Amino acid sequence: MRIENGRRSVTALSTAAVALVLGISEAWAAAGRPSPWETGMQEMVTELGQSVSNFHTYLVWLIAAICLFVLALLLVIIARFNERKNPVPSKTTHNTLLEVAWTIIPVLILVAIAIPSFRLLRQQLVPPPADVVVKVTGYSWYWGYEYPADQGGFKFDSNMITEASALKPDQPRLLGVDNAMVVPVGKVVRVQVTSADVIHAFALPSFAVKIDAIPGRLNETWFKAEKEGVYYGQCSELCGNGHPYMPIEIRVVSEQQYAAWLAEAKQRYASTEGSAPLKFATAQ
Amino acid sequence: MANAADAAHADHHDHLPGFWRRWFYSTNHKDIGTLYLIFGFTAGIIGGILSIAMRLELQEPGLQFFSNPQVFNVFVTGHGLIMVFFMVMPTLIGGFGNWFIPIMIGAPDMAFPRMNNISFWLTVAAFGLMLLSLFVEGAPGSLGFGGGWTVYPPLSTVGHPGPALDFGILALHLAGAASILGAINFITTILNMRAPGMTLHKMPLFAWAMLVTAFLLLLSLPVLAGAITMLLTDRNFGTTFFDPAGGGDPVLYQHLFWFFGHPEVYIMILPAFGIVSHIISTFSKKPIFGYLGMAYAMVAIGVVGFVVWAHHMYTVGLSLQTQAYFVFATMVIAVPTGVKIFSWIATMWGGSIRFTAAMQWAVGFVFLFTVGGVTGVVLANAPVDRYMHDTYYVVAHFHYVLSLGAVFVIFAGIYYWFPKITGYVMPEWIGKLHFWIAFIGANVLFFPMHFLGLSGMPRRYADYPDAFAGWNLVSSIGSYIFFVGLFVFIGGVIYAFVRKEKAAGNPWGEGATTLEWTLSSPPPFHQFETLPRIVDTGH
Repeated sequence: MRIENGRRSVTALSTAAVALVLGISEAWAAAGRPSPWETGMQEMVTELGQSVSNFHTYLVWLIAAICLFVLALLLVIIARFNERKNPVPSKTTHNTLLEVAWTIIPVLILVAIAIPSFRLLRQQLVPPPADVVVKVTGYSWYWGYEYPADQGGFKFDSNMITEASALKPDQPRLLGVDNAMVVPVGKVVRVQVTSADVIHAFALPSFAVKIDAIPGRLNETWFKAEKEGVYYGQCSELCGNGHPYMPIEIRVVSEQQYAAWLAEAKQRYASTEGSAPLKFATAQ
Repeated sequence: MANAADAAHADHHDHLPGFWRRWFYSTNHKDIGTLYLIFGFTAGIIGGILSIAMRLELQEPGLQFFSNPQVFNVFVTGHGLIMVFFMVMPTLIGGFGNWFIPIMIGAPDMAFPRMNNISFWLTVAAFGLMLLSLFVEGAPGSLGFGGGWTVYPPLSTVGHPGPALDFGILALHLAGAASILGAINFITTILNMRAPGMTLHKMPLFAWAMLVTAFLLLLSLPVLAGAITMLLTDRNFGTTFFDPAGGGDPVLYQHLFWFFGHPEVYIMILPAFGIVSHIISTFSKKPIFGYLGMAYAMVAIGVVGFVVWAHHMYTVGLSLQTQAYFVFATMVIAVPTGVKIFSWIATMWGGSIRFTAAMQWAVGFVFLFTVGGVTGVVLANAPVDRYMHDTYYVVAHFHYVLSLGAVFVIFAGIYYWFPKITGYVMPEWIGKLHFWIAFIGANVLFFPMHFLGLSGMPRRYADYPDAFAGWNLVSSIGSYIFFVGLFVFIGGVIYAFVRKEKAAGNPWGEGATTLEWTLSSPPPFHQFETLPRIVDTGH
């Protein structure tokens, strides 16, 4: 991790330089959005996301070691076994011990990867009891959000802001939307995802969440955001002309702000009264 | 072994068929191989131009060259399909396979020479249909199919009502039929026409690679054909295989597609494994290390490759048990792949290596394929793949194994066999210069894509948030460097043909032990009318 931080500061320096040149206002890595010249994962704001990030860091160390090992062997070969240095080739074509070793050692490395991997997989796919359920529907090319009756029972569409002038100061181009999904901090949010037309994918990098929105299916995923803030994701399954233009914006707010938003949203947005799939959803 | 061959064939040089008969009605495996190489290169240039257009667009945020993302998606789709079906496969399998499988196993020709001819011309027809599909309506008001090379419904059904994809599906059908016929031809040739004394366990590794590849083609392509036929009837005849409104399921298509699609990636890389083995052995002046392990590692990769398909589908909502199984099965493939990497290294270890152009490309391949392979292990893990799925990390991974893997071996094979195929010597410095330009270009092009993927940039985006601008610019510059390298190659080929320096039968010396080096360069029109007798291959 220390090395990672070191690299970040180098990155930050170059970032700042580039930002100066390009006139980008938000040069510094902020959670929930990509930052210029980033070389690693976005900052995670869920515990599970942090575990994914840590697991990935562990994998990077392993694969970097493997690549460097292979590179070192190749460099030794280039230096020592070229025809000038070694005019007479050896005739060795078998070495049972070596062949067993390079079968067994990779197996052991894979076991060392698989154990944490399976643990993490279980954590991702066996969700804890949900505090809030939100149904997300992919359309070509925007997202629809439905909050069930226990949250007030309303639904709204979320479109990307196309006019640069309409963006709020903290909203990046192609990421900011008119109506963001709002959830309370520190609560388990279950997201049920489906699509009304072609396949889309609901993705939020800083929650390590990605699930396809498939017509005729109700997929689900979950997250528990630990930090208030605005987090961005983008549609992650090719869906046609508007594929780059259907971002996901999630605002994680305090309980009080969430309650206030619910009250306001109930007034502002259409009611979901009589929406059968939603009742089914809340029944779970 | 086969020195008698030349004399026996002298008379055949006199009555070569005329130009039309020789190249259009061709039944000679070497001529068909040459046609495949020319075809693959032409398709590769077209696919490459599509990718340069994509990199031009992505060089900076916003839309500069394409009027809308749909047109960009059509380019992405065309690039993928052309590179997979009309560049890598025809070159490695049709080109090098046709040229060298019969010679390496000591056979006079392929088992079914006429079927070989129709395989080639069906591929040309398929490419024609593929190009036509770019110029007919796909999505409403827009030309071409822009749903990705995977052709997922419903985007490929309701999303593209125009006939573009119907052309595309028929193109894939023809290309698939051509490949199945080719596979049957290779299997029959390799199993029945080996020279006396050449047991399966004495067969050159390229022949092993092609045998496994041919079985993969034979078993996987019919599944693709089934899937795209269902798509065709969903589109045109009112069936609902993939439409939930009629009881179908879009995910069914993904299972069928990837049941073909995953073996397909091994179809593209296994022949490359075979070629690299020969190049490394030749220039190290050593027989290949662990020959049987190398051969059966390819068999293992082929077999396991059929039971890992859903690692492309971790985000569709598979159950915990299903995902766990596919994580496990996918990681198993790393073991035989590791055996191959380390056996190549062990082959070079202790060798007396001549770093010719071909050898530089082969060594470059070993390292870059390792890089692409280990990111594959990362992606095999569903918990992290959930973050990287459909991001540029995946694009980086598969270009490291295909563009820097399969394509590097295509060039390695060309520089290795150029004197054998053409009879002319290409100066080594040309291939070396090309290698260094391509090596630098491809790494500048694809390595930053890992960073883009990690920072969250999704694939198949014509326009992206400004934060991704930096690495995209670097990546675009890399693609231009790589493209410049192609001109060095083209120039080198022209130079060799103009210079006309005759190549010896075996220009590579003692390390070149396979049968093609016992023939003249280029080989006689028909070789091995008296079959060579294999005594000892030195494994």
